Amino acid sequence: MTLILNRRQALAVGAGAIVVLGGTAGPAFAKNDSDDIIKKFTGNATPQQGRVKLDLPEIAENGNTVPMTISVESPMTAQSHVTDVLVVADGNPRAGVATFHFSPASGAAEANTRIRLATSQNIIAVAKMNDGSFFTASKAVKVTIGGCGG
Amino acid sequence: MAVPRIKLDKKEAKKGDLVEVKALVAHIMESGQRKDASGAVIPRKILNKFTCTVNGKEVFSADFEPAVAANPYIQFKFRAQESGAVVLTWTDDDGSKIVGEEKITVS
Repeated sequence: MTLILNRRQALAVGAGAIVVLGGTAGPAFAKNDSDDIIKKFTGNATPQQGRVKLDLPEIAENGNTVPMTISVESPMTAQSHVTDVLVVADGNPRAGVATFHFSPASGAAEANTRIRLATSQNIIAVAKMNDGSFFTASKAVKVTIGGCGG
Repeated sequence: MAVPRIKLDKKEAKKGDLVEVKALVAHIMESGQRKDASGAVIPRKILNKFTCTVNGKEVFSADFEPAVAANPYIQFKFRAQESGAVVLTWTDDDGSKIVGEEKITVS
């Protein structure tokens, strides 16, 4: 019984620490150069919402490895396909995460990888189509333990 | 150098089928943001480029930034067109390459 109590106490202390961390790092949402990187990618064009799907957990317990899936609706034919997808994170020390390059040979504009997130922040994906249009989606992720070795 | 682990969801495909590739490679992906005990910045060392070719034709590639996690995992698809070698290449900051290969049979 005492063991269980101790564990609970330990858990309570742990949870408290997370709340404190969240309180300091969460709402700040410090902006980095993510906007500039997106502007450079789109050539100052404003991307439209939609077609891009960004799949990340709502809450990432460990910011060192957060699974991320991007997919873009497209027939992926020679006439109409996705050429590049840029992914940025607006709260990391450096905004760039990855850029994926597709072609009709890819068959599907889908990729999955694991990323590092320093703190709670927004992940933004911007897809470039072969006709020069841009589509975007973003997702907020809460991070309890930051990556990047902080 | 590390040997990448590569898995195709099918080794034999019909022409036009989508083939899913999953690959994992051991690499520290040092971000260049961390400091050692003495406070000196540990220099960046990551795999910054990944490409996949089938019979020498590129089907998918990616540029990685330090925000990609250690031991990078990548999953993507390609459309089966012809039998041949599926070659995955990761390029390190120091210019070295990690290469893995699988075979695909297309009927």
